[in-house]
Amino acid sequence: MSGLVADVATSVLMLGGAAFCVLGAWGLLRFPDVPARLQAATKPQTIGLLAILAGAALRTDPRYASGLVLVGLFQLVTAPVLAQRISRAAHRTGYLRRDLLLADELADGLPNTADTDETGDVHPADPAATDAGEDAAADADASDEEPPH
Amino acid sequence: MQVVYTITLGMVTAAGLLTLVRVVRGPTELDRVVALDVLVVLILTAVTVEVARLDEGFNLALLGSVALLGFLGAATAARLVELRGLPGPGPRRPGPDQ
Repeated sequence: MSGLVADVATSVLMLGGAAFCVLGAWGLLRFPDVPARLQAATKPQTIGLLAILAGAALRTDPRYASGLVLVGLFQLVTAPVLAQRISRAAHRTGYLRRDLLLADELADGLPNTADTDETGDVHPADPAATDAGEDAAADADASDEEPPH
Repeated sequence: MQVVYTITLGMVTAAGLLTLVRVVRGPTELDRVVALDVLVVLILTAVTVEVARLDEGFNLALLGSVALLGFLGAATAARLVELRGLPGPGPRRPGPDQ
């Protein structure tokens, strides 16, 4: 690519990517609990890294650009996996603020959520908690009796 | 172009400092795992800017290795927190795979 166009494109991509990185880190600092922080940790960081990788790939030799593309693809594959693992761990260990949840679709789907967490709060899937909890637990038991396949 | 690279590295450094604040202050281990994963991505970003600035490819292997290490480390740490954080006595429950 000709020099001036590549320079301008690289400048825009790198400064935009760095802005996304700063925004992601700021969100990581501001958001209240682990799932919200994962939101800030995965999407803006990945977009920032991809923009900076694209900017670097425009500037460098094309044989280096292939390696940069590979790094970007790897990040695109692994970031959702990490977010899913960490949010599942947060849900299972109780490291999230349940008063901020609008919907909890894992409330009767995970076998470990019937426990109490460290603060002694009883999770909604606990059979002895509330009437709604009993219904949810009954639903979970009914679905458990069917073979999964 | 040197100005652009310098500004980009400065912004990435600022993002890294904000992330380090979360690593230090994070109330739970999972917050620290998330913040350290973000820090790994920021290191990748800074090394990418260096690749563009020097126009040399000898850091590409470093990029791949750090990406792989960051993913494996964060996944393992999340798994460990998940296993250790389960309350109650007795043997550990089987994971979600069983």
